[in-house]
Amino acid sequence: MEMQIKRKDLLGLEDLTREEIEIILNTAKSMREILDRPIKKVPTLKGKTVVNMFFEPSTRTQSSFDLAAKRLSADTVSVSTKGSAVQKGESLLDTLLNIDAMKADAFIVRHWASGAPHFLAKHTEAAVINAGDGTHEHPTQALLDMLTMEDRFGKIEGLRVLIVGDILHSRVARSNIFGLKKMGAHVTLAGPPTLLPEYFKELGVEICYDIDEAVKDKDVIMALRIQKERLEEAYFPSIREYRKYFGITRERLKRASKNAVIMHPGPVNWGVELDFDLIQERESLILDQVTNGVAIRMAVLYLFIRGEKAHE
Amino acid sequence: MNRKLFKGGTVVDVLRRKVSKADVLVEEGFILAVEPSIDASDAEVINCDGLFIVPGLIDMHAHLREPGEEHKEDIGTGTSAAIHGGYVAVVSMPNTNPPCDNRSVVEYILRRSKEEDKAEVLPCGTITKGRKGLELAELSDMHEGGAVAFSDDGSWVQHSGVMRRALEYTKFFNGLIISHPEDSTLTHMGLANESALTTKLGLRGMPVAAETIAIFRDLELARLTGGRLHIAHVSSKDSIELIKRAKEAGIKVTAEVTPHHLLFDETKLVDYDSNYKVNPPLRSAEDREALLDALKEGIIDVIATDHAPHADFEKMDEFNAAPFGMIWLDFAFPVLYQSLVTSGRLDLIKLVENMSLKPAKILGLEKLGAIEKGYRASFFAFNPETEVKIDREFIKSRAYNTPLYNFKVKGKIEWTLKDGKIYRH
Repeated sequence: MEMQIKRKDLLGLEDLTREEIEIILNTAKSMREILDRPIKKVPTLKGKTVVNMFFEPSTRTQSSFDLAAKRLSADTVSVSTKGSAVQKGESLLDTLLNIDAMKADAFIVRHWASGAPHFLAKHTEAAVINAGDGTHEHPTQALLDMLTMEDRFGKIEGLRVLIVGDILHSRVARSNIFGLKKMGAHVTLAGPPTLLPEYFKELGVEICYDIDEAVKDKDVIMALRIQKERLEEAYFPSIREYRKYFGITRERLKRASKNAVIMHPGPVNWGVELDFDLIQERESLILDQVTNGVAIRMAVLYLFIRGEKAHE
Repeated sequence: MNRKLFKGGTVVDVLRRKVSKADVLVEEGFILAVEPSIDASDAEVINCDGLFIVPGLIDMHAHLREPGEEHKEDIGTGTSAAIHGGYVAVVSMPNTNPPCDNRSVVEYILRRSKEEDKAEVLPCGTITKGRKGLELAELSDMHEGGAVAFSDDGSWVQHSGVMRRALEYTKFFNGLIISHPEDSTLTHMGLANESALTTKLGLRGMPVAAETIAIFRDLELARLTGGRLHIAHVSSKDSIELIKRAKEAGIKVTAEVTPHHLLFDETKLVDYDSNYKVNPPLRSAEDREALLDALKEGIIDVIATDHAPHADFEKMDEFNAAPFGMIWLDFAFPVLYQSLVTSGRLDLIKLVENMSLKPAKILGLEKLGAIEKGYRASFFAFNPETEVKIDREFIKSRAYNTPLYNFKVKGKIEWTLKDGKIYRH
């Protein structure tokens, strides 16, 4: 298979074909070998410039992209809301155009507005990589989740995956739904109806409001962060009640298959959506996800930054 | 004597519902005669071969942004765009800064309209002081000063008691209350129609129910009070059902639809182009079809543009940050003609009457909205064969926030006549 992707930007997994997803996952596996070497650096993207534009706080994604670029010998620059002209009111587009004028090869964009990377991608020749846009998509997260599942189970096809929590506001859930469906997994969503509207059925997934029922027979149980802000908008009555009916608790997991693994994109509210002691008792892949994140982002940078050097 | 003879054109006669060749003789700002053939040796002759002669359009819903937001538009640029687009009168919405909530602002707008001397501005006053939805503004005084209607446009009057009083109080001068039907507790932070598509796109939804709840309440208040109600920018099939039933029950209600709700639906949002971000949001294709049917059946009375100019720096931004609205005054008629009439989905008379005679009647504008002896000499010449490009040079509005920017449209307004004065384009 020729390991090449013929598109400028990675905006979401909805746009990608199964073949493209496979190319990224396979490339990530070779990248992971680099991470296991004593010298964790290759000259692949030497002379290329990667710009991190993070307009929302991020620990994992930002450091993961930054590290991925550095492992491939690209130069990296970071622009964030704090300490940049964005604080003075410079628009998103002007910020991009000005950095672009310094000759960037890729923009890694995290933004609180859905569609922000799509908007920027129209205004630059450089690759735009969506690092999470509003409540829309977070493609590299879903890719690293799929890589983690593939590692653990050998294949994604036929896996039974449960995603639990605030699906409505989750870009991780959307990207995973698009990606997992394309790769042939069965996806079930669970959560309170206010955070899991029936519109999601149209994406070809199952919806379940009874978590005790939903956890049965699943290979993967992925919990999502429940944001306390949702309380203020009356999506659910209390943290206590959320945990009682929708939390992944020890008691509840007794109903799940022995081989079921726990995943979470982080950051976790331990004791709310996920009990902390579970990760001692059960197989958790949460930190494997993080490790795979660097490999996936190396693969994405490699595949989406064009130019002869990248394909040498 | 200043006589003009418009010779050889095809007149769109909305009163007799026919389109036929006729000459139009104009004197002192009024129409003197409309006949198959007129000879008037003393008149200046304007050749109208190959042109439709169409009654001057009246827009019941436009944002001219003056006073207070002249970086987006002002009465000069707004009325230039209007006259360019065949409009002779435009209702200016009162969500300005300060809002048009008292007679002095009404009079200011009328004075500015006169100074600019293009399309006539018909001020709409607010329903409540400061457009805050709590206390009635001085409605009768504004009416006497020249306000043609009242609306808190941009906000629904959430307080049912206040809305009831507005509909009731204005009866003594036969005032018109325009409702912006949106229960904002259901649309908080909303960006798009609530649907499977926008849920997938991660755009916060504004459900149809936010509109139908508001319309239902206002219809009930119009029933209770006997006041005159006009529903702004109807966007959904369910809303049409409510209005249809109310009309059948004899409630005094009229309704408008915008060009964008007739032409576009929510599938336009897949690229996150903020030019399609409007309020009420673009809804489903089914809703769009239902709106066109309702217009044909007369359930919806008027096409009003909701012309909403915004500066480039405001609209060229991520979807969440961009303000709602798009511009229309310069090109609404040619675009609607091409999309609806040329394609055979709406007949020409229907399109024209919805944009001229019907708004004139609702607003109580005498001798306007038709080409008829004794009527004001306000009409325009439309060449259906000439193509125009909607570019910066073409657009007279200060803003150019439209998804049709740089698009070509077949149909050119050659000139607009307003009260006997000709504006060539």
